[in-house]
Amino acid sequence: MSSRKRSARRLPWAWMLVALIGFLFLVLPLVGLVLQVPWSSLGTDLSTPEATSALRLSLVCSLWATALAVLFGVPIAWVLARVEFPGRSIARALVLLPMVLPPVVGGVGLFYALGRDGLVGRYLHDWFDIQLTFSTTGAVVAETFVALPFLVITVEAALRSMDRRYEDAAATLGAKPFTVARRVTLPLILPGLIAGAALAWARALGEFGATITFAGNVQGRTQTTPLAVYLLLESRPELAIGLSVVLLAVCIAVLALLRDRWFAVG
Amino acid sequence: MSLDAHVMLTLGSLDLDVELTVAGAETVAILGPNGAGKTTLLRALAGLLPLDAGHVNLDGVILDDADAVNVVPERRSVGVVFQDYLLFPHLSALDNVAFGLRSRGVGRREARRLAATALEHVGIAAANSVKPNQLSGGQRQAVAFARALVTKPRLLLLDEPLAALDQRARGAVRRDLRTQLQDHTGARVLVTHDPLDAAALADRLVIVEHGRVMQSGTFAEVSARPSSEYVAELVGVNLLRGTACNGRLDLESGGQLIATTPATGTALAIVHPRSVALHRELPGGSPRNVAMGHVVGIEALGDRVRVRVDGPVPLVAEITPAALLDLRLELGSQVWTAVKASEITVFPA
Repeated sequence: MSSRKRSARRLPWAWMLVALIGFLFLVLPLVGLVLQVPWSSLGTDLSTPEATSALRLSLVCSLWATALAVLFGVPIAWVLARVEFPGRSIARALVLLPMVLPPVVGGVGLFYALGRDGLVGRYLHDWFDIQLTFSTTGAVVAETFVALPFLVITVEAALRSMDRRYEDAAATLGAKPFTVARRVTLPLILPGLIAGAALAWARALGEFGATITFAGNVQGRTQTTPLAVYLLLESRPELAIGLSVVLLAVCIAVLALLRDRWFAVG
Repeated sequence: MSLDAHVMLTLGSLDLDVELTVAGAETVAILGPNGAGKTTLLRALAGLLPLDAGHVNLDGVILDDADAVNVVPERRSVGVVFQDYLLFPHLSALDNVAFGLRSRGVGRREARRLAATALEHVGIAAANSVKPNQLSGGQRQAVAFARALVTKPRLLLLDEPLAALDQRARGAVRRDLRTQLQDHTGARVLVTHDPLDAAALADRLVIVEHGRVMQSGTFAEVSARPSSEYVAELVGVNLLRGTACNGRLDLESGGQLIATTPATGTALAIVHPRSVALHRELPGGSPRNVAMGHVVGIEALGDRVRVRVDGPVPLVAEITPAALLDLRLELGSQVWTAVKASEITVFPA
């Protein structure tokens, strides 16, 4: 308590001012958005077919993407955290690349890898009659691509910071490696897994660039909420704003879920 | 011979080379300072660290021969009570104890029933559904003990089982642990840095420093004849057994000790040789414990001399060579020992 007072007194005014400007810069767009919300007609706007199909599609795609991110991300994180192999840091860099890669570039990459004539996509099409472009599955794939690294990085951190002696204890009690993973390691990293899944879900929900590039913009099939917002901003701005504020509310909810983990400093 | 091990391995700056044999139903205490390699030794016995050389044999079965054989921990019949206990925080006390049974293929219902019995046996049946973080230190120790023993391992390893407890709880838990240990029929290895734990719980001591065995034997043997200054410092104490009542301890050797520690029943008293004063005449003054005896041994150890006095209160006194000359002591001399009551630690045994 006293130390906080002391550090606040020592901070120069100029710093406080710059911090304030930066803070306003982050908050003003949100205020601008919320001020524009046509609250009275919000309910009817959000129940139009364009809005409901975009929201439903977003929910379905993002949940599938989160499930896939957990399914593949947990084993990836496990290997990165626990297995020593040459090129591990390169493998980790490649896994995390989609976090910083412009999503549209990811979309282009997905197109040439999994598109109808892509590296792997042509076989998916010829052998299994699967076409990802312009399909809901394609939207899920694009969202998974950008969401997966968030899950991996969070779960890997949890695996590295846990006390591994619990795994030793389980082994001396006769638990085989799979049992140790299922009954000890996973429960112990569960908070990290939940945080990672929440981050991955939020990222999947907001996905725009990779989705529109790879899966296209087909209403009811690949037109998720962010795509609908972009498209409707010209023709029906009140609808675009309504959908935006829904996404904002979801993001605030995710932050609230993670608050114990990341905002416990105060 | 139940456990027969020769553990040789290097880990960081530690170079461990310890031979250890433990008979069935025997408790051996590994005593030594922090960093001596005690925990590493236990981890090697449990199969959590491979040997560089040597062997670990348990009841005639090779567990590790530093070559072709290294049985994984989950296939060894070894129970471990870890330092800090390492109870699974997400499982109730009951499920912690049932864990080993479940892992070894016992059905859920049967495992829980056996676990409940085991918890009842260590006296905390009421804590069944409680998570470890809501248990007291002593209760956690009991759960950890029940968890390690419920699968009936041939070898029980205990790593500083009392170190996580505060001083007040330690005495009572030590006494409980002593009874609990007697229920285990296999070999037992206890790691500790506290000579009191070793004295109260172990049949035999192995003193380890810098990864090497310094000395081994019963507590009485080692404390009476420490082979080095270091061992003398650690366990070179007088250990007297007797029956305590009303602040008095009636010794098996016939004498009596007045001590400030309240205890009743069979008890052990510890008196540090530095606290024992020697006199040629009956001394006056404050020491409550004055007894006559005869010098039966004089050993120089570093800059001090250990004088062993036999009589109703057999004691070793540590004095300076100058004091030895002043007192003109030699073997067979009659001498008075004096110890202040406040210098005597009594604990139930």
